[in-house]
Amino acid sequence: MPEPGSNRMPETGAFFQRDRTWHPPVLTPNYKTSVLRSPQKALLAFDNTASELTGPVFGHGMLGELDNDLIHNFARPGESAIGERIIVYGKVLDERGKGVPGALIEFWQANSGGRYRHKKDGYLAPLDPNFGGCGRTITGEDGAYAFRTVKPGPYPWPNGPNDWRPSHIHFSIFGHAFAQRLITQMYFEGDPLIWHCPIVRGIRDRAAIETLIAALDMQATIPMDARAYKFDIVLRGRRASLFENRPEGN
Amino acid sequence: MAQSIARLKESPSQTAGPYVHIGLTPNFCGIGGVYPADLGASMVNDKTQGERIGLEIRVLDGTGTPLRDALIEIWQADANGLYNSPAELRGAADPDFLGWGRCPSDMETGLCSFQTIKPGRVPFRDGRLMAPHVSLWIVARGINIGLHTRLYFSDEATANAEDPILGRIEQRIRVPTLIAERKGDSYIFDVHLQGEKETVFFDS
Repeated sequence: MPEPGSNRMPETGAFFQRDRTWHPPVLTPNYKTSVLRSPQKALLAFDNTASELTGPVFGHGMLGELDNDLIHNFARPGESAIGERIIVYGKVLDERGKGVPGALIEFWQANSGGRYRHKKDGYLAPLDPNFGGCGRTITGEDGAYAFRTVKPGPYPWPNGPNDWRPSHIHFSIFGHAFAQRLITQMYFEGDPLIWHCPIVRGIRDRAAIETLIAALDMQATIPMDARAYKFDIVLRGRRASLFENRPEGN
Repeated sequence: MAQSIARLKESPSQTAGPYVHIGLTPNFCGIGGVYPADLGASMVNDKTQGERIGLEIRVLDGTGTPLRDALIEIWQADANGLYNSPAELRGAADPDFLGWGRCPSDMETGLCSFQTIKPGRVPFRDGRLMAPHVSLWIVARGINIGLHTRLYFSDEATANAEDPILGRIEQRIRVPTLIAERKGDSYIFDVHLQGEKETVFFDS
């Protein structure tokens, strides 16, 4: 049901078809793990039902004060994470260009040396005792979000004999519906490793890759403190439900 | 030339990678103190209406090996078939049931265990009732774009037989890939990413 007190009727139109030529295909052999984990049969296509048109809502009340500050949310009192201090900000939009309010965004990343706080990460770069690597926020009325972190370092990974991930931040985004659920990664303007990465290059269209590269924004930079990168995220847009066929009685 | 239709393109998906736990279930991977609990770890409380059930889900690769670094999210209606969502216009869902859960694969066995309730039936677009089902969204290292499928229930044979989505599966031999087997109070569901038993995945 619409939230009490809300004067905004929820949108219920079905979502635009996903352009699967714009996304990376499931099978990208140069990213070796995809070979045995990629479905081979055709997907079953159908227009969204109520199960895909609905989705959970997460309230701002669940957020802690430091959830959007990776520099401090794992640090000992009075200390902070090591690395290049940055602010990442932007908007969550849909394909119609409308801001998506109330979208939960979760992000995670390696530390400034390229090391994750995870038992599966054996890279020799050291852990930072003051850096956990996770954060989250919820977009405002216009779809805007921001968080503070340190720039993650690039790191080698076991794929080819000498593959390196470019600096990146993982993003998980909930829109307003199950059909909009998305996980992606943000890269940094000017990083030459982007164009060598087998995961990035699973995306076939260079223009699509460029939409995942955050731009350095000197105007949003805080002098003597942190540089700023702008990263907008686009979720699926939906049809107006005005002309939808409806069963009798609805 | 006609007028331009100003639309954006959806951000391309990228894999959740092997360290998805750090972002989505930090407590599970030993990053404590940032969030009080992992989101979606608990779905029901004492007041939640409906039959308590367990879902025991594994994701298997093309060799039949369980993934031990996957993460599954589920989304379902309440016991009366209502979604706890602003876009649910048919009525108010059970306030004690969000209907959304998240579980990482066990790092040894690959098992994802959800404690939830059996969902009610939800109408299809034309008003016919769909069979009770749970929507699944699966991400992992090596999965470039989240996989969407559904779990249906083996003890709902009549409803399953008239379900409009199951009815669209051309090769009927594949229908059972979406049906979880009841075992005690739980349902066992293996998701096969490839092979003869490849699960039917959706584009919706």
